[in-house]
Amino acid sequence: MPELWELTKLIRSKNAGPFELTFDIMFKNREAFDNALNSGKISAPTLARLYKVEQKQMRYFVIPELLTVKISIPRQAFSGDVRDTDVYGGQFHGPLVRLPVGKFTRK
Amino acid sequence: MAATGNLSTGFREETLIRAMEGADFLGCDAGSTDSGPYYLGSGNARGPREGTKRNLRLMLREALKAGIPMIIGSAGHAGGRPHLAWTLEIVRELARENGWHFPLTSIDSEVDKEVLLNAFRRGEISPLCPAPDFAEQTIASAERFVAMMGIEPIQAALKAGAQVIVAGRCSDVAIYAALPVLEGIPRWVAFHAGKILECGAASAEQRPYPDCMIAELEQSGFTVDPPNPAFRCTPQSVAAHALYETADPYHLVESGGMLDTTQAQYKTVSDRAVRVTGSRFVPAAKYTVRIEGAALAGYRSVVIAGIRDPLVLRQLDRFLASLRTVVERKIASNLGLGPDAYTLQFRIYGQDGAMGALEPTPRVEGHEVGLVIDVVAATQELAADILPLVWHTGLHHPIAEHQGLISNFAFPFSPPGLNAGPVYRFCVNHVWELRDPCAPFPMKMEAV
Repeated sequence: MPELWELTKLIRSKNAGPFELTFDIMFKNREAFDNALNSGKISAPTLARLYKVEQKQMRYFVIPELLTVKISIPRQAFSGDVRDTDVYGGQFHGPLVRLPVGKFTRK
Repeated sequence: MAATGNLSTGFREETLIRAMEGADFLGCDAGSTDSGPYYLGSGNARGPREGTKRNLRLMLREALKAGIPMIIGSAGHAGGRPHLAWTLEIVRELARENGWHFPLTSIDSEVDKEVLLNAFRRGEISPLCPAPDFAEQTIASAERFVAMMGIEPIQAALKAGAQVIVAGRCSDVAIYAALPVLEGIPRWVAFHAGKILECGAASAEQRPYPDCMIAELEQSGFTVDPPNPAFRCTPQSVAAHALYETADPYHLVESGGMLDTTQAQYKTVSDRAVRVTGSRFVPAAKYTVRIEGAALAGYRSVVIAGIRDPLVLRQLDRFLASLRTVVERKIASNLGLGPDAYTLQFRIYGQDGAMGALEPTPRVEGHEVGLVIDVVAATQELAADILPLVWHTGLHHPIAEHQGLISNFAFPFSPPGLNAGPVYRFCVNHVWELRDPCAPFPMKMEAV
């Protein structure tokens, strides 16, 4: 089963302002994009579960023209706050990188 | 023309000179909230001063030579009064050193507490989502507030004959949209072009180093064209730039309205330039500006410690929980402080240091851990007093498997503790409804 990074050219997280995090998953080509979405591993419910947010708190975008899936979630700790762990929000994408993404397990 | 994505990061001199050909104005964003609340809270600018001065020198030289306006937004990183003063001082210094004379316009964006309090009492402040609680006490206890200006205060300065404009906190897009809108370019064109330009050359396919970017605007759209011959824009690279640091890739909320790029078209017009058409600007029912504020959260002292003992590592959570219990008792008896009077955090690198509560695998899988003991208290002295109670207790905190005195922490430094200074937090994520978009942003002109 391929891991997500093998299908993508970029996986990143970043602040979208101090109060939100945003994640961009940009696929290598149309086939990789379709495979990932068809696998059911990349979807609003699975990503909400991975990042421990309720689905209604998450914004989920599928952008076919850019072969990209993007999500945005509220931060649990605001950027730079006493209990924050990542001021720029640049390492929250870590668990996505090696996420197993099955091929054609669900159409 | 955008000199670069952030004034402190720079650009190539030869690109700047090339980009100046035919440019109507030159802009640069100098700020962000991205590096956290420290700069807004402390009043310190984010340098480096020498790098900022170098970039400003080249930009000023070219803008003055060409006789075109130059617009700097979010001066000194946070755009407060001390940040604006820091930037203006560099500009005046450059004028003196180079024998330059020009009208210098500054636009203040710091909001005095009484002004904000009155606005709050009039019901003009409303929360975005997510937002910290906001009350009169929030205003009283904060260090500093700024409001983020839209295009109008910059337009007012341009109408008054400004050539060099140094603005406080400013929408990145407004830096580039103000003058075109004044010249009759449709808002959707100006705002979308501004969104692309605000990160300098970041909309190019590969950006090995920060550099300049040009957009040519007309009534029916705009063309992005990197002035550095080594850079290339593609429809995908320009469109993808809308993703970066934005929560919503299609809807960009600005003061006065929202840019909707859902129907935008990106087309190649040369081997390096991309033409953009088809966005919409939806005017807002009410004119609002975003407010930013930072409050002092305390003072921090930290210790960095390595843990290599497998027996400690395999029970690390239990070990640290039991350490916390002992330490809380000691702090209470030695310093008379309950656990509410300070924040003690064990940041466990090798377990969940980077992601905290969002870490899906919060366990130690390697052979060592980097522990940061992080204390935040009301004063630096207090944090520095609490810290040794924690690290010294932890150093010898027993585990059942070792009988006798042990030392659990490998400290790389002597002394082990570091005082990290004040800690701030962003205390507002709110907007302020304005009748006059220029009211909170007084401008001042001086001849240098």
